[in-house]
Amino acid sequence: MSFPWAEEYKPKSGFTQWIDERLPLPRLVYGAIGAGYPVPRNLNYFWNFGVLAGVALTIQIVTGIVLAMHYAANAGIAFDSVEHIMRDVNSGWMLRYMHMNGASFFFIVVYIHMFRGLYYGSYKAPREMVWLLGVVIFLLMMATAFMGYVLPWGQMSFWGAQVITGFFSAIPIVGEPIRQLLLGGFAPDNAALNRFFSLHYLLPFVIAGVIILHIWALHIPGSNNPTGVEVKSESDTVPFHPYYTAKDGFGLGVFLIAFVIMAFFLPNFMGHPDNYIPANPLSTPAHIVPEWYFLPFYAILKAFTGNFLWIDAKLWGVIAMFGSILILFFLPWLDNSPVRSAKYRPTYRMFFWVLIVDVLILGWLGQAHPSNWTILASQICTAYYFAHFLIIVPILSRIETTLPMPNSITEAVLSGEADEAHPVGVSATNPAHPEPAKA
Amino acid sequence: MTAPAPNAGIESPHDDGVTEDGVRRRDFLNIAAVSFAGVGAVAVVFPLVNQMNPSADVLAEASIDVDISAIERGQSIKTSWRKQPIFIRNLTDKEMAEANAVPLSELRDPQTLAERTKPGKENWLITLGVCTHLGCIPLGAAEGEDKGAYGGYFCPCHGSAYDTAARIRKGPAPTNLVVPEYRFDTDTKITIG
Amino acid sequence: MVRFFGIIVGLGFVSALIFSIIGSLPFEAAEHSAVEEFHQEPRSLALASDGAFGKFDRQQLQRGLQVYSEVCSACHSLRLVSFRDIAALGYNEGQVKAFAAAQEVPSIDPDTGEPATRPGLPKDYFPSPYPNDVAARAANNNALPPDLSLITKAREGGAPYIYSLLTGYRKVPANLPEENRPGTGLHYNPYFANLNLAMAPPLTSEGQVTYGPGNPKPTVDQMAKDVSAFLVWTAEPKLENRLAVGWGALGFLLIFTVLTYLSYRQIWAGKKEH
Repeated sequence: MSFPWAEEYKPKSGFTQWIDERLPLPRLVYGAIGAGYPVPRNLNYFWNFGVLAGVALTIQIVTGIVLAMHYAANAGIAFDSVEHIMRDVNSGWMLRYMHMNGASFFFIVVYIHMFRGLYYGSYKAPREMVWLLGVVIFLLMMATAFMGYVLPWGQMSFWGAQVITGFFSAIPIVGEPIRQLLLGGFAPDNAALNRFFSLHYLLPFVIAGVIILHIWALHIPGSNNPTGVEVKSESDTVPFHPYYTAKDGFGLGVFLIAFVIMAFFLPNFMGHPDNYIPANPLSTPAHIVPEWYFLPFYAILKAFTGNFLWIDAKLWGVIAMFGSILILFFLPWLDNSPVRSAKYRPTYRMFFWVLIVDVLILGWLGQAHPSNWTILASQICTAYYFAHFLIIVPILSRIETTLPMPNSITEAVLSGEADEAHPVGVSATNPAHPEPAKA
Repeated sequence: MTAPAPNAGIESPHDDGVTEDGVRRRDFLNIAAVSFAGVGAVAVVFPLVNQMNPSADVLAEASIDVDISAIERGQSIKTSWRKQPIFIRNLTDKEMAEANAVPLSELRDPQTLAERTKPGKENWLITLGVCTHLGCIPLGAAEGEDKGAYGGYFCPCHGSAYDTAARIRKGPAPTNLVVPEYRFDTDTKITIG
Repeated sequence: MVRFFGIIVGLGFVSALIFSIIGSLPFEAAEHSAVEEFHQEPRSLALASDGAFGKFDRQQLQRGLQVYSEVCSACHSLRLVSFRDIAALGYNEGQVKAFAAAQEVPSIDPDTGEPATRPGLPKDYFPSPYPNDVAARAANNNALPPDLSLITKAREGGAPYIYSLLTGYRKVPANLPEENRPGTGLHYNPYFANLNLAMAPPLTSEGQVTYGPGNPKPTVDQMAKDVSAFLVWTAEPKLENRLAVGWGALGFLLIFTVLTYLSYRQIWAGKKEH
């Protein structure tokens, strides 16, 4: 890490010294997550979610690998192989439910992690690369999750695959040939299932690689913090170990409690009953919905109902759906505000909360039975989503009046001003009276 | 860049500010937390490894019942148990006498016929149909197959010859055909495994 | 530059949406469909397996198995359940073997190779009443009786829905619109999504199944409850293990979280963070 006061790695035993001289892994770990990595001292709990995402990925990989020892990726027996896991494989039911709910938890954690980035301006210079790599990770996660959901070969698996691969046929001329190339056929069938299994096994390791780049890119400038003011001196930071290893340990405990409650007591809450029906290409479910983490994008897809400017409604929907994620790549350049953290950007903060509500409503609309009102609401919410990133934020970053910022993290912490860095506005520990500045 | 204010209000990152007692207290807590995590990690590893043990459907095929009422003296059948061939032979008196006449010193893997069968049912020879050399299935259990020089089983792969008690007599196999765990439920029904 | 193009693209999307809104503006009056008016939500059903402390009532599961075997198995398969699994209902090895042997499972005639049947073994699975889906439809007016192994997880409403459906057959209401009346081969049941279902009422009279001594009377309601409880088990035989391990893990994690919290506070003691 590039802070000059970072602790130098000193091997504590002959053994670690021997290793370090030949493969500098101990000093790499020390400098990345050990006592040799200075981190702003004022990080709040929203900074726990990066490590929790890494834990979620690890849970998925470990449970996934053992599940793959029993799963059969053939359309004739895939569904039965999953039931074999649930009924006959030792602890199979537990591994399956953990993998299924682990995917949901991975997305919950990553969404919070992303919204933290949006609120505190973590995507701004010099951390643009961290943000870009993060969006790449998000896209890979979506691909992995989509393919994973197809594997049990239930009704939703099949029809979800049918709908999503159908997007490609919206592309003029080359769309249908591309769709058949991806599927290896005319509809999701054995060919598609086998390749989805292969890629589903592969992509998490690609994600792991991009995560390493993501952390590496972060460690060049170091972590952002709730004030958005860069680290200026040693008193602004604490070493990652033991301060944030301890805090992350506590965060892990809370995360695991939530995870265990879902996986063991409400394992099918976030799923859909139709996926316990074996896939039937001749029978469409009454209500095709993707998994909850795709719902806002599904609502955006369905919002476009009119052919406009030589592009038909279906293609608009597909473009908008992919576009809604692709615009995230441009965020560091769309938002030009010199102030990083929403704590000091009251107008931006207001629009941020509108965006949160907008995305939640889009999520609800994604699974709602279509009616005139839901279509209208989807259209308004989708319009706001694009307007937020493409019109509002760019204009706001030019004209907004921001609040005065503290000169340093240390100043913010000691004068108690950092109480308000908590996005909800009032600190739970100190509701009314900020700490007086120490003499 | 503002210089840090030079006074006692700012703690240095290295100032623990805890007493001797506090240091011990903190170490205990940390050790307790980390050990608890360790216990948890072991508890997690157990199902991850145990899932590789045979699943319930495989264990269900671990034992089979065979009806032997149709096997006449001198006849034998082949069946399958745990995905391996089983030879069930009803020995004739002549075959039993031949087996009992062999001195143990002549055998590579010394066993009497009585040791390889159940008391009172020495005519029933139940063995795995897997040559103990490299795993081929010997001939001799089916009608018309070559029983080899010793009148029992003969393995065509490398020439191992087994006698009427399925003991190795000639050829590269090191041991007699394996007798699996089995029992007589009734005079006409056996359970293997 | 980026912002300039961003604004243009943003205006593009917003215009497309406004165009869509205008295009769909003449709202039709909200249809009040007859299905919505007559459809009923499932009645509540309290089972021993419900909730975070659920346990199977094995006596009830055995009765449910009896109802399945004597009534439902005529048309519905249970192909994910093996005879050996019913040991979990409290039967011993001999009873499992006897139950299996009383069923005929598909096999091959050893002499001719023709399809035949043989008595079941514990390792066999519950046999399907029909050789394939085509035969199943042919015998049921083109309706396919679904496999019941996972039915309580495969239907919105779960076991209460199954119970309500089985006991929910009613006389067709006088005010039901013509197009919603059951056609030939269909039966009116307000708990079913589109009100008319191809399955004839399977439980019609008390005593259809004879329960042994020490059991409640086999009323239609009781039989429906028992088979619903049984189908919860077939869908989730590991339910009790799941809850037990869940409580164990939760207990462990609560202690772990307290320890890590205290450790975190200790390490940060005196260090102002906010």
